[in-house]
Amino acid sequence: MSYVSLGVTDLAIAASLILINAAISFAFRLNLERTLLLAAVRMVVQLAAVGFVLKMVFDATSPWVTLAAGLFMAAVAGFESASRLERPYAGWRAYGLGASTLLVTGLLASVFTAVAIIGPQPWYQPRVVLPILGMVLGNALTGVSLVLDTMSDVASRERASIEGRLSLGASRFTAFEAVIARALRTGLMPILNTMAAAGVVALPGMMTGQILAGVAPIEAAKYQMMILFVLAGSTALAVIASALGAVYLLSDDRHRLRLDRLKRTG
Amino acid sequence: MFALWPRAARLGRALLSTHQLTGPFVLRIDKLKTGRLPPLSFEVADGECMSIEGPSGAGKTLLLRAIADLDPAKGHVFLDGQERCEISATQWRRQVRYCSAEPAWWTPTARGSLPKAAVEPKDTTGRGTRLDRLMRSLDLPPVLLDQPVASLSTGERQRLALVRALCDDPKAILLDEPTGSLDPVSAGLVEELIRFLLLSGRNIILVSHDPRQIERLAHARLQLAQTAPAGEPERTV
Repeated sequence: MSYVSLGVTDLAIAASLILINAAISFAFRLNLERTLLLAAVRMVVQLAAVGFVLKMVFDATSPWVTLAAGLFMAAVAGFESASRLERPYAGWRAYGLGASTLLVTGLLASVFTAVAIIGPQPWYQPRVVLPILGMVLGNALTGVSLVLDTMSDVASRERASIEGRLSLGASRFTAFEAVIARALRTGLMPILNTMAAAGVVALPGMMTGQILAGVAPIEAAKYQMMILFVLAGSTALAVIASALGAVYLLSDDRHRLRLDRLKRTG
Repeated sequence: MFALWPRAARLGRALLSTHQLTGPFVLRIDKLKTGRLPPLSFEVADGECMSIEGPSGAGKTLLLRAIADLDPAKGHVFLDGQERCEISATQWRRQVRYCSAEPAWWTPTARGSLPKAAVEPKDTTGRGTRLDRLMRSLDLPPVLLDQPVASLSTGERQRLALVRALCDDPKAILLDEPTGSLDPVSAGLVEELIRFLLLSGRNIILVSHDPRQIERLAHARLQLAQTAPAGEPERTV
């Protein structure tokens, strides 16, 4: 493999590019110097930390350490999925829904990919499982948070329609039909766009990485196809599960619309 | 008395014929507590219309929503001796129908929003289906069902919403200002339809701001006071 290792000097040269940003901020008096410095330092520290943690996990190559790392990643993704919503849900339930959805789909997809498709030795090889889990979680996270956001937003705007259908004797899933369809479409949009534009608009990150690392382009493309299929499947699974789960969050067992379970917006 | 013991009532119903046991058919509200209203108890017998009056914000709509089980509310509501929690909420709302003052439409045409049960049955009597007859009684030409809802007038939409709410023949009907945006002629047709429903034994609760309409239709009146926390509603039942 024609893989070129970067030295400290190489990094320093790259870091000097940040000075251009600083110069712009200074010239236009954007007062962004502090933010810029902070963001750059954060990026360096975070990536270095991840590098060291991954090195430890890879060296250990134990199923338990791999599982622990995977659980941690899924928990963080779950928390992020329900943060920053336009109409947030009250209480912890939305976080629970996001985390459990992502945990189940993430584990399913990464174990399936590792065992059935790639087949590394041993099957829990963290070098294979964790990057795949990361990509699955990243894409499913986008889908799930779009779904949770659309569900609460559309349900509160379409309140009259939903309750109209409920009062005619419809079940909550029938009454939420249009809301669910809208949420699914929104949640699946990013991964569909990624698939449609793959390679033409931008080289996907993993393919770029493999090519830089010296893998033959055809091989890298095959890997990328495999990964995109896995991502599409797992995102679809997560999107559907979270949409159905959100119906339970927004209604109760007497088939009532419960917008009081959303946080009050001032 | 079986109504007080829902389980006993259900057991009794299973063992014996319904008619002998439960006596007069009735919509009974027992200590229903919703919003800032005090617990309310009253009965609406078959073929009886009860009106609810009160200033805006008194809780008239809240009360109707609670009876239809659209909002969580403490207390009991019985229809013909059966408590709402004994049957599924969807079954309850098929029998106890809430008609909103501002009906919503979730399909481009009115026909798409009709309950499936009302669209399917074929006309066997020669007098038209229930849907046809309701449309005729409110002077609505059948073509309106297939025109874009957005292109209809407010009055046409309100009458169509009434048709939609009645075409699968619910037992108890909760009307929230059914003639609120109607001209006097259409309002007269709606009142005529309400009288017909009463004659055929439906229980009706009517929220209205028109005292003369209440005079004409209601057998009993419930007046809600302004919602001061201490405000006791004057009960004239």
